[in-house]
Amino acid sequence: MSLSELYQDVILDHNRRPRRYGQPGEDYASAEGTNPLCGDSVTVFVRTEDDRIADIRFVGSGCAISTASASLMAEAVAGKTVAEAMALFQHVHDAAMGAAEPDEAMLGEVAAICGVREFPARVKCATLAWHTLKEAIAEAGK
Amino acid sequence: MVPAHRGTALSDLGLRQEFPLLAARPELHFLDTAASAQKPRVVLEAEREFYSERYANIHRGAYSLSVEATDAYEGARARVATFLNAAPREVVFVRGATEAINLVAHSFPGGWREGDEIVLTEMEHHANIVPWQLAAQRSGLVIRVVPVTQDGRLELEALDRILGPRTRLVAVGHISNALGTLNPVEQIIRRAREVGAMVLVDGAQSVPGRKVDLAELDPDFFVFSGHKTYGPTGIGVLVGRNDVLPKMPPYQGGGDMIAKVSFEGTTFKLPPGRFEAGTPNIAGAVGLARALDFLEEIGLDKIEAHETALAKEARSRLLRLGGVTVYGPEDVQSGIVSFNVAGVHPHDMATVLDQQGVAIRAGHHCCQPLWHRYGVPGSARASFGLYNTMADVEALIEGVQVAQRLFA
Ligand SMILES: Cc1ncc(COP(=O)(O)O)c(C=O)c1O
Repeated sequence: MSLSELYQDVILDHNRRPRRYGQPGEDYASAEGTNPLCGDSVTVFVRTEDDRIADIRFVGSGCAISTASASLMAEAVAGKTVAEAMALFQHVHDAAMGAAEPDEAMLGEVAAICGVREFPARVKCATLAWHTLKEAIAEAGK
Repeated sequence: MVPAHRGTALSDLGLRQEFPLLAARPELHFLDTAASAQKPRVVLEAEREFYSERYANIHRGAYSLSVEATDAYEGARARVATFLNAAPREVVFVRGATEAINLVAHSFPGGWREGDEIVLTEMEHHANIVPWQLAAQRSGLVIRVVPVTQDGRLELEALDRILGPRTRLVAVGHISNALGTLNPVEQIIRRAREVGAMVLVDGAQSVPGRKVDLAELDPDFFVFSGHKTYGPTGIGVLVGRNDVLPKMPPYQGGGDMIAKVSFEGTTFKLPPGRFEAGTPNIAGAVGLARALDFLEEIGLDKIEAHETALAKEARSRLLRLGGVTVYGPEDVQSGIVSFNVAGVHPHDMATVLDQQGVAIRAGHHCCQPLWHRYGVPGSARASFGLYNTMADVEALIEGVQVAQRLFA
């Protein structure tokens, strides 16, 4: 368990320059996720077309792990079907909790956030955006 | 007894070995005493001895062992009273500062009337906000807030504007757990009295690290927690003035708080017993009393000087690193240093420091309105206890530099 495993270059980069950051127009469904323990918050905006995530954006305030996780997530699920995004969420969740070995082929850059598995206090930071994505998609389906 | 102090320099009281957890973890730099203090051997011993030699339920006096246990519990009450220069009948044992504040909000003398005003400050702990909000919702009260200045002090001119004929209570922290500010509670009490309002002082952060004389300060209510005072968890104290407590209705009902129970009507004990329904945390009270002895044996003035010196050093060295914002007044008045480093979120700071064996608190510290005022989600907070030394300051500064390099 070392700092460089947690704060990989990918994480530091996405923290410094979050991708897909910003509030989009009115035609997006959104959900806000908060971690009451630490006060982190993230709002995820999605626009779906049929069963596909046509576009995704986020805003929020949080630590490097939660910011990078949201940014990596947004990049990873943009253009995917809802089912594909949820499958990815399930795997990220299991891998971050240490319940599954990270599948690098499936995760791509997202694998970097699985560094939290050695830092139990930080797992929630990594999964906050993903839980919020799930809610935003549910909103979009309403 | 506390052995003669090994350390002589102000930067080391030589007490680390008195704390079994710290002695067993020589690498740990524990800088989160404001959240909860580590426990000295003498407190653990006192609890163990009480359970193994004098334990029974209290106030069940038909047998001598219960009398002994009752004497220990009431002795602890007397100990708290002398420690704070109050009278034993003014001392109510509760679970902690949070419960003490809830008790006052629930059983406020004379009851609440719609439109009554409660004055809080922007730097209060959630424990000194939420119980008042709940009372306000139930009884139609108005909460008014004294703002905090950029350098972390209360805006006293605003207090003068806010206080008025409708003010029933001012509830204020003695020392801010988030900023370390020592609030001018003497002045606040004087001004509140001028408009006929009562004052509750939250001493959760002051009792562990400075001499508090309640006869001199004379608040209507004063609260603190045992676990922050080097005592056990689950025990705390409400001190209510002896002309105030008898005007308050019970908080919880049950055994031990009654004079006589019948289905036609029940009468209650006089305070403090009226507010202690059910079997209390007897061993916790005994442990707390021992913790207070421990603090007095060392000397409260010495502890205050020591912790303040460490915080002062930490503050100035953090500022010298550059890129660091330190919150709270420039003239450090407690063992608390709250800061943010540019480009490093407090949680990341805490994780990086943890990897170097430095335990600090990160986040809002249960003071979200305060951080809203500063426009940041929270801070990193180092808080120094009587066992900390200059080596802990050193480790903190080195750890912060590691974080700065990592996130550069
Ligand atoms: C200033 C202040 N007030 C109240 C509390 C609440 O204390 P407890 O959780 O022990 O009831 C705390 C604890 O963090 C505090 O720092």
